[in-house]
Amino acid sequence: MAESIVPPAVSSSAGSAISPLTPLPLRAVLPWAVFVGTLMLVLLYFVGAEQGATSVFSGAGVHEWVHDGRHLLGFPCH
Amino acid sequence: MQTSTVRTLLVRGMIAGVVAGLLAFALAYVVGEPSIDSSIALEESQSAPAHEHDGAAGAPAEEEEELVTRPVQSTFGLATGVLVYGVALGGIASLAFAICLGRVGRLRPRATAALVAGAAFTTVYLVPFLKYPATPPAVGNPDTIGKRTTLFFLMIVLSVLVAVTAVIAGRRLAPTLGNWNATVAAGGGYAVVMALACLLLPANTDAVKETFPAALLWEFRLASLGVQALLWTAFGLIFGALAERVLRPAGGQAAGQGPETVTGTPAARAG
Ligand SMILES: [Zn+2]
Repeated sequence: MAESIVPPAVSSSAGSAISPLTPLPLRAVLPWAVFVGTLMLVLLYFVGAEQGATSVFSGAGVHEWVHDGRHLLGFPCH
Repeated sequence: MQTSTVRTLLVRGMIAGVVAGLLAFALAYVVGEPSIDSSIALEESQSAPAHEHDGAAGAPAEEEEELVTRPVQSTFGLATGVLVYGVALGGIASLAFAICLGRVGRLRPRATAALVAGAAFTTVYLVPFLKYPATPPAVGNPDTIGKRTTLFFLMIVLSVLVAVTAVIAGRRLAPTLGNWNATVAAGGGYAVVMALACLLLPANTDAVKETFPAALLWEFRLASLGVQALLWTAFGLIFGALAERVLRPAGGQAAGQGPETVTGTPAARAG
């Protein structure tokens, strides 16, 4: 109960094995967070807000296409 | 090595997001679409007699010309929206998981995944929903979409920032207060700050017309809540299972054995 059966120390000697409890270094997460995280936010913008309050593309095609999803996922639509 | 672990987690997060999105789409189609159709029918019946919206020269009988037809909106359109939402938030949640793993409590990967999914559902959807709930189509004032969008996204950003601050504060308090009290304090702090934000931020009075039927509004909002709850529950469980397999300690003394033999032992202290 007090001690983990697989202590984090095991992983450092075990080469490629990573204990479930050893934190991943933040510098390994950061590049992914910056590039992929930003891309994901852009995707969310197109689902949630494009051609509503603000528009990257003119017209209403994107808004119309994701319209029902936008409402049901909770975004203000129109 | 650890960078590739993060990449693997990210890919699996997005896969879990797609699968969760598919389930959420199925639920949205079955329980959400009827109330959307009813709302649109209601709007058309009310605005048909005096529809001057598109200018005097427009054809009043045709309403606004449809770029995407209703059958497409309710199937492919709905699926696109929910799937992209699932992939995007699945990716972001897997990055949050990569940061939280081993830092927020001494939890196994699948417990951390469940925690991250629950926190994401609460901070990104549920709490903003309490102040600015989802609204069915064609019930509100289109002139205020800018203000309503700004307030909604402001609420999400605020909620996420306060939650991150609460988690960091909880971690700092844990050595002195103990894990349980630190968690309660962090959760309580988040709740108090968000309650204040709900009191101080302007109300959303013109999102729904006063004459809109309450029963239909309830039906729609319940569907929205159900879709999001299913999306995040499915994501937490699926991603947790996938992440567990990435991070399971296959090395050490047990190296070379099948992965299933290792599963049982660390589970003993999962709680
Ligand atoms: Zn709409």
